[in-house]
Amino acid sequence: MAVPILKQGNVLIASIQAALSDRDLMKLRDELTDSVGRFRSRGVVIDVTALDVLDSFATRTIRGIAYTAKLRGATTVVVGIQPDVAFGMVQLGLALEDVPTALDLEEGLTHLQKKMSKKARYRVG
Amino acid sequence: MSDEVHVPIEHEMDVVTARQKGRELAAANGFTGTDQTLLALAISEIARNIVSYAERGEVVLSVVRDGVRRGIMVVARDEGPGIADIELAMRDGYSTARSLGVGLPGAKRVMDDFQVDTSPGKGTTVTMRKWLR
Repeated sequence: MAVPILKQGNVLIASIQAALSDRDLMKLRDELTDSVGRFRSRGVVIDVTALDVLDSFATRTIRGIAYTAKLRGATTVVVGIQPDVAFGMVQLGLALEDVPTALDLEEGLTHLQKKMSKKARYRVG
Repeated sequence: MSDEVHVPIEHEMDVVTARQKGRELAAANGFTGTDQTLLALAISEIARNIVSYAERGEVVLSVVRDGVRRGIMVVARDEGPGIADIELAMRDGYSTARSLGVGLPGAKRVMDDFQVDTSPGKGTTVTMRKWLR
């Protein structure tokens, strides 16, 4: 199942709607990496609210998306990890490491706006 | 609903099917949302191992009873290359494929019982159970 990618200003929002196969996740990675360049995006939100499981492959792929986007100049924030999903990840020993997370889409966008305005200040100063 | 569910594992999409069937069976038998998730997670890791290493196999899900205890048993079977060094494979962070190396040890951690039977060249069978709390 394809993941719709919405463009909102300089942010891309990938809203995962249903369980994804490994191939779907890799497709999402490729599309996001491409879109960051095409739309000159500075931020990416990956919304996983609809996912009932984040296993080792999904965790690793999402981490990969975030690192790749970072190399292309965009910050990624993962939002909407459900309580049981979070608990499962802890039990399994899965980590998103330094990929920022937020409770929901709204918090994620706020995080990105803060981050981007900080970067803009550095550039001016 | 039948008490035994067979899910053939041939493609990566079957990994998703297997864990969804596991969650359904757990839900139908009164498992909490958290335990449904942990079971689905363990099935996902074990079924992915089949796709990654053995190409094909099957996951069999069933309801088991032990006295008054009720649980879900997951048997994941393949006729792949087997695991040469099971002690090493059970160690956190060890992986020979594209993974984080948490599959087997992680699944063991989230299940109540966990057993691996493997012999090089003949295949691997993982049997794991989670009991209703």
